[in-house]
Order: sequence, then C-alpha cells, then structure tokens
Amino acid sequence: MRRARVLWRGALHDACDAGGRLRLDTGELVEEADVAWLPPLAPTERPRTIFALGPNYADPAKELAFKAPEEPLIFLKAENTLIGHREQTQRPADATYMHYECELAVVIGRTARRVTRADAYGYVAGYTVANDYAIRDYLENYYAPNLRVKNRDGCTPIGPWLVDAADVRNPMNLRMSTTVNGSVTQRGSTGDMVFDIAFLIAYLSSFMTLSPGDLILTGTPDGLVGVHPGDEVVTEIGGIGRLVNTIVGDEALSEAA
Amino acid sequence: MSHPDRIEVDATDGTVRIDGRSTRVGDVDWDVPTRGTVFGTLLNYRGALTVLGNAVDAAPYPAPPIAPVLYIKPANTWAAWGDPIVLPPAVAAVEIGAALGIVIGTTVRGVSEQEALDCVAGYTVVNDVCEPHASLHRPAIRERCRDGFCPIGPWVIARHEMRSPDALKLRVLVNGELAAENTTANLIRPVARLIADVTEFMTLSPGDVLLAGVPENSPRAHAGDRVRVEIEGVGALENALTAERSS
Repeated sequence: MRRARVLWRGALHDACDAGGRLRLDTGELVEEADVAWLPPLAPTERPRTIFALGPNYADPAKELAFKAPEEPLIFLKAENTLIGHREQTQRPADATYMHYECELAVVIGRTARRVTRADAYGYVAGYTVANDYAIRDYLENYYAPNLRVKNRDGCTPIGPWLVDAADVRNPMNLRMSTTVNGSVTQRGSTGDMVFDIAFLIAYLSSFMTLSPGDLILTGTPDGLVGVHPGDEVVTEIGGIGRLVNTIVGDEALSEAA
Repeated sequence: MSHPDRIEVDATDGTVRIDGRSTRVGDVDWDVPTRGTVFGTLLNYRGALTVLGNAVDAAPYPAPPIAPVLYIKPANTWAAWGDPIVLPPAVAAVEIGAALGIVIGTTVRGVSEQEALDCVAGYTVVNDVCEPHASLHRPAIRERCRDGFCPIGPWVIARHEMRSPDALKLRVLVNGELAAENTTANLIRPVARLIADVTEFMTLSPGDVLLAGVPENSPRAHAGDRVRVEIEGVGALENALTAERSS
C-alpha cells in the first residue's frame, strides 16, 4: 500500500494510491492535483527523531579513490524542516550554492533497541523519498553540517507516499534520480550506500532507542547541482515515489507577509 | 493521584504546593515538563570559546563560529527529575552540562532581539549530559543522544514570574559538593539575542526548548554519583547516575 496524508476541501485525510487517483479515508476518489500533500507520516506523541546521513554513497566511477569512512556521519533534523509533495522551498537571496539531495527515507515502525543487522528490517514500517536540501553558504565546521545549513524551514520535502515495507522487495536496489526542469542531473542506486539500512538501524539502536515514526534519511549519491528560484526539482526513487518541489525566492515570503 | 498542570513552587527552597498541601520536591513523581523539540546551543559561553583557544583558527574549523551552532536532544534522551541516568559499560564518565532551558510559548520566526522574549513561556532546568568529546567538528550524536541523557525539570517557571534571564547563577553539585559555578551573564548570545539569531533561519514552536548553552569545564560524574543542576530562580534538577546492569 502507498499511503499519503492530504488536505482536501479544507480537511485532513489519510489517503492511499488508487492507480493515479487518491482514495481518501472517507472512501471518496479524488484527483491528485486537487489535494495539498503533507509529509506522509502519522503524527507522533513526542517529536520524531529525524536522522540524516552525510556522505554515504560510494561513487563507482571513483571507487579506487574512495576511502570508506569507518563510522557514519549522522546529523539530526527537526520537524520544522519537513514539507510535503508539490510544495515550495525557499532559496535565500544571499545564497550562492543551494543543492538538492535525493534520499531514500526509512520510517521506523517498532521500538528498536539493540537490534541486530539480521533483525533490522523487522523494525521498518516503510519507505518514502526525501529531498534533503542544503545551502552550502551557511556551512560552518562546528557539529557540521550545522542546522543553519540543514534545518531550515521547509528545506526537506518528503513524500508523496509512505510505501509499506512489505511492498518493497529489496530497498537496497532501487534506482534514484533527480531532474531539474526536466533534465536529469543525478542518477544512482540505493545499492551503492556505504552504510546500508540494516547497518544504520543496528548502529543507531546500539546506543539509543528508536521509536515508531522516526526517520532515517540515508544519504545521496554524486550529482549535486545548484538550484534557483523557479526551478522544478523532482527527486524519484524507483517503486517508492516521485517527489516534486519548486524553488522560490525571498519575495515569495515577503508577498505573504 | 492528581496530575495538575499548574502548581505553586518555591524555586529557592524546593517547596511544592499541590492541591493546597505543601510537600517536598523529592516526594513528587515528576514528568518531563516540556513536549517540543529540544535544541542545544554549542559554544555560547565566553569561557567555552576561550577553552578552545587558538584551535578555532585551525583545521578543521578554521574560524570561530558565526551563527548559533545548534544540536538536537531527541525524545529518547529526555528524563524527568529523579530518573536514573544509565551509563552503559562503554561510558566511564559523563559531563554534567548546566543549561537554562528557554521554553517557547508562541510560534516565532525572524523575531527582533527587542521582541524576542515575548515568545518565551518560561524557563526550566536542563542537564545536558554528554560523553566527553574533544572534537567539535562533527555532530556528537553518540556522545549526546543516549537514552536518558537529557533530564529536564522539575518544572517550568512562567516568564512573568522571573526577572531577567541574563544574570542567573548556575551551579552543579556532585554528591552534594559544589563542582561548577557560572552565570548566564557570561553568555555570548544572551537569551533574547539567541532567539533572534536562531529564528533568523528556523521557526521555533510552542513547547520547543532552546538551551542557552553549557558553561566551560562541565564537571564529570560517574555511576553511583548523584548530580544536581541549580539555576537561580528556576529550580534544581536532581538525578542519579547508575551503571547499566549487564544482561
């Protein structure tokens, strides 16, 4: 099942994919274009923990030069940064380099503490697509990447679907791509992750408890390019979803003010 | 048993009045008094930056920080007054970080320093526990985010019950002995300025807790120790460190 959370006629609904249309929890069938999409995540009682990976992809073309890190570079994000499918992300006027990052997002389904790699997939509820935008201008090397780079409001589109884990045969072999205004700029495969999903769940749960609804954004392959106001950025992962986002400038905010 | 949302407390002597009865703080079963995301602030005490010395001018940093450096204390780290802080065998000692918790009351983005305190619901005491780590280059997830590494409480003092947050004495006691002392007067970014600079790039929401920072030279504590973080006018937060039982 591919699940979404949407606003339709001013009300919040759970919905599922009904072959190009959406079936709402009320049973009604509606067009995808007629809803506003929220992150496809059920609310949690406490703030969900959102993990994201720094460099986590081996580039096959540079394999000889690539020195795999011994420990994953993991940082945390907060819920202020999440937005849904077909929304807008702001690029500040003073930024010179803002780039997308197409990432497979793992949604935890059960409380996980000291889980082995062999058992790790039993703790996954499902998968979705995240676009973990970064604004490099604000990078400072203290607890890097710092929150000013990675935790800006609306800088992490996620969705459109939460795809049930049972419906994803091998999450470690999914095609990834990003297009900017229709041109492909990034290609990869989740199979090239350095620290794979099972490792990450085992590693994190070795020192902290993971809870249902927690997210792990598993990193992005090579192929990052800058984006500018007006660009339509589509991050897509085979079998999981096609996440559309549009870059807007500061004026989009000041008009609203 | 009653579960009141609001109680009368004396932040100085730890007296609590619940349902008209006076009791001691240690006789109450406390919950974590906040619900939103907890953001820590790194290097916000002048002394903490001084301790780094010339290192800030060298790799990997290689310049002093410009914007506030934040980190997140996720929900698994939260603990209430009196909850044990459990140290696994791999963790010999932890640092006891005395942090003023600024509890946000209204949604705030891009606020000026002059108006910043209007968004504050109140203040609480936070013990920002971490494993010692010398390098500040990468996010210290393993060092800061173990279960129970963020006691909060016991209560939130409403902002209007407090004077300015800019010169509050902080003390850390380990087994009753004074182990560290400082004051929020030493903050590089005092509370209002910190809120203004953080909300320049992200929204704070009701219930979120922004930690003003942890002073330099946080005292270390070990399993078996009882630690107490006091903030003048806000309260005192006590927890015991215990060794994890081998399973």
